[in-house]
Amino acid sequence: MTTIDEPQSVADLAASATDNRVNLDFETEGMTLNMGPQHPATHGTLRIVAKLDGEQVVSAEPVCGYMHRGYEKLTEVRTYPQINALINRIDWLGSFANEVPFILAAERLMGVEAPPRAQWIRTILFEMSRVANISLFLGDFGLQLGGMTAGFYAFRDREWVLNQIEAVTGGRFHPNFDRIGGLKDDLPKGWIADTHVAMDRLLAFCDEMEDLLVGNEIFQSRTRGIGVIPEDIALSYGLSGANLRASGVDWDLRRDGCPEGLVYDKIDWKVWTHPDGDCFARTWVRLQETREAAKIVKQLLDTIPSGPVMAKVPRIIKVPEGEAYVACENPLGEMGYYVVSKGDLVPFRVKIRSASFNNISVIPWVARGAYVPDLISILGSLYFILGDIDR
Amino acid sequence: MGLVESGKLPKPLAKLLNISRKYSIWAYQWGLACCAIEMGAAFASPRYDVMRLGVIPFPASPRQADLVVIAGTVTDKLAPAVVRLYEQMPDPKYVISMGSCANCGGPYWDSYSVTKGVDQLIPVDVYVPGCPPRPEALLEGIILLQERIAHEDMAERWKGEPIVVS
Amino acid sequence: MSQLSSADTETAEAPAIDEVRNDVLAAFSARLGDGIVGSRIQPGHDLWIRVSRDSWAATAEAAKQLGYTFFDFLSAIDWMPSPFGRDMDAQEDIVVSGAQAKEPQPMMQGYAGGETRFQVLARLYSINAKMGVTFKADLPDSDLSIATWSNTFAGANWHEREAKEMFGINFVGHPNLINMYLPTDFQGHPLRKDFPLLARRVRPWPGIVDVEPMPGVGDDEEGEGE
Repeated sequence: MTTIDEPQSVADLAASATDNRVNLDFETEGMTLNMGPQHPATHGTLRIVAKLDGEQVVSAEPVCGYMHRGYEKLTEVRTYPQINALINRIDWLGSFANEVPFILAAERLMGVEAPPRAQWIRTILFEMSRVANISLFLGDFGLQLGGMTAGFYAFRDREWVLNQIEAVTGGRFHPNFDRIGGLKDDLPKGWIADTHVAMDRLLAFCDEMEDLLVGNEIFQSRTRGIGVIPEDIALSYGLSGANLRASGVDWDLRRDGCPEGLVYDKIDWKVWTHPDGDCFARTWVRLQETREAAKIVKQLLDTIPSGPVMAKVPRIIKVPEGEAYVACENPLGEMGYYVVSKGDLVPFRVKIRSASFNNISVIPWVARGAYVPDLISILGSLYFILGDIDR
Repeated sequence: MGLVESGKLPKPLAKLLNISRKYSIWAYQWGLACCAIEMGAAFASPRYDVMRLGVIPFPASPRQADLVVIAGTVTDKLAPAVVRLYEQMPDPKYVISMGSCANCGGPYWDSYSVTKGVDQLIPVDVYVPGCPPRPEALLEGIILLQERIAHEDMAERWKGEPIVVS
Repeated sequence: MSQLSSADTETAEAPAIDEVRNDVLAAFSARLGDGIVGSRIQPGHDLWIRVSRDSWAATAEAAKQLGYTFFDFLSAIDWMPSPFGRDMDAQEDIVVSGAQAKEPQPMMQGYAGGETRFQVLARLYSINAKMGVTFKADLPDSDLSIATWSNTFAGANWHEREAKEMFGINFVGHPNLINMYLPTDFQGHPLRKDFPLLARRVRPWPGIVDVEPMPGVGDDEEGEGE
C-alpha cells in the first residue's frame, strides 16, 4: 500500500494507469456493468453504469432520477406548514434535520425569532437526528463491506434514539415537529433523563463500532488509500459534511455559518477533520461526529432554559416578500433552502440544495481506476440518501 | 400438480397446504424510500422481528421469492423495473404495497414524476397505510396476508388467473 | 413597477452597515467592472450580485481568484407568476359565490433586480473568509443560453444538467447536457411556471381546511373536505 503523502498524485496515477491499459497484448473487450437501480449497496434507487476493463473501472456514471418526486415544483403549490410536512422526506433517516433550514429561512424572512427554549430543543433534536442518521451509516457501511453484524447492531441501537424522538414528536420518522416561530409541543415529563440514557447507549454503540469495524484488518485494507479525494477537488465539486472534513478542510456550518436559531455557540464542542481523504478517513470522521453529537446532546440537555416553545405568530402564515438562503450542517452535509417569497401563503420558488447531490457528482472522478469492490467502498463511504440526491 | 389445478384436492389436504404455505413466505424487499427503513426495522431488527411469523426476509433474488413488499415511492422512471421484478417472481406470488406512496402516490399525489400507486402496475394483495407505517403495521399487513393465504382457493392461484375478491 | 428596479445597488435599510460584505462587493466590482448590473446586501446575512450574461464566465474566474472555491449550487428562477394561480382557492367557492378570478399579477423580480423572465442563480462560498455570495444573471427570452461554469467548478456539471431539464436553459460549452432526473423522452420543462401539475388540473384542490371539526361534532356534509 502506498503512503498517502500526496493524495492527488495517487489518484492521478490510478486514473492514468487505467487509461494506459489499452490491452494491446490481450485484445480484450470492456464490459458495461449496471449496478442498480435496486442493489444492496446503493442505499436506494441509484443506478451506476460502470464501464469495466477487467476488474478495473474505466468510467462510472451515476444515473439519478429513480426517486425524483419533484419537490421544487410541489413547494410552489403548498403552504409553508404543508411544505414542512413534505420536506421531512428528503433525507429520510435524519428527518428532523430537513425541516430546520427551511424553518430558519422562513423565520428570517418573517423577522420572527423562536424563544430560547425552542432553540435549545431544536438543536437537541437536530443533533439527535444526526446521531440516528450516522449510526445507520456505520452499520450499513459494515453491511456493504461484508460485516453484517454491524448492520444489525445499528438497527438495534437506533431504536433508542427513535424512541426518544417518538416520545417528543409522536413519530419515529418524519416528525414534522418544527414550526415557524418555535416548535409544536413541549417536552414530555422524564424525557431528559431518558435521553441521557439513550445517548449513553449510543456512545457505547460508537465504541462497539470502533471495535468491530474501524480496528478490523479487513476493513482497513478495504478502505485505507481507497477513493482519495484531494482538497481542491472536494471544494470544486461542492462536497460537504464529513466528506469535506475528511479531505482536510476545516469547514463546519455549525461553527462557521451558524444560522441564528441554533445554539451551537453556547456549548463546547469540536470539529473533527482528517487529512487523508480516503474512505477510512470519511468513516472515521463520521464516527467521531456521532460521538460528538451525542456529547452535544448531553450538554444541551443539562442547560435547557425554561419558557414558552412558540413565539407569537399568526395562525395563517404569510411570509413577507424577500429571498433568503439558509444552510445548516445536516447529517449528510450542507443542506440549504433558497426561499423566494412574494408575500403569499405559498412560496414563489424554493431551491433545495441537498448535500448528496454534490457528494455523488464526484463519483465519475473518483471511481476512475478503482476496482469494482473499491467502488462499493467509495459509494458507501460517500454516504448518500437517495431522497437527498433526487429530491 | 394436476390435483391442485383441477380443484379436486380434498379439503383437509388443501387446508394443510395453505397453512404450510402461509408460514413459509420468503419476502423480497423492494425498498425504495423512507418506508424501506421501517421495513428494515421490521425485518432485520430484533425489536419487531418478522421471522417469528414465519416470514424469512432476505432471498437472494426475486426468482426465489413468494412475497414482494413494495415500500416507498414508485416513480415513472422506475415503473418498468417494478413490472419486470414482478414478472420474474414465480407463481404463486403476493404483493404488499407498503406506505402511502405505494398505495396511491401519497404526499406526492400531484407530482409530475410519481406513479400514483403501484397498483397501476401490478396487482396488490394487501395495502398497508401510513407515512411511514410503523413496523407493527407492516407486521399486521403480513398477518392479514397470511389469513388470506390460509383461506384461499389454491386451484385459482395455480392457474395464474387474476384473483377475484369476493 | 418593481420596487427593486434593475439598477438596484443599495443596502437594505437596516441600521448596521455590513462592512465585510461591502468590501467583498468592492473586490468583485474591481474585477468585473461593468459586468455587475445590480447588487443587494442584507446586512449580517447575505450578498447578492447580479451580473450581465456575457460576464457570467468571467464571474466564475474572478470568484475563484478571490478565494470563492466552494461550489454550493446553481439553478434558475422563473419569475413569471403562475397562470394557474397557487391552486389554493377552492374552485367551488369561485363558482358558487361568483368571486372574480384574480387578475394575473405583473412579473416582479426579486433581490438585486432583474429584467427578464428567467434568471440563473448560483452560490459560492469562501472557506477562508467564511462568506457566501449569491450570483444572478438574466437570460433573454429569445435566447435561453449562458456560458457554462463546469470548466471552473467541476460541480456545476450536474447542476447545469438539472437546470437544463427543469427550465430549458442551454449551457454553452457543457460537455454532456443530458437529462439528470427525468426520463429521456419527457416532454416539457417542469419547473417553468406554465407547466401544469396535471393531478391538480384534473381534480381541483377543495380549499384550505383550517381546523377540521372533531368526528361527530359539526355538520358532516361540509366538514368532510375530501
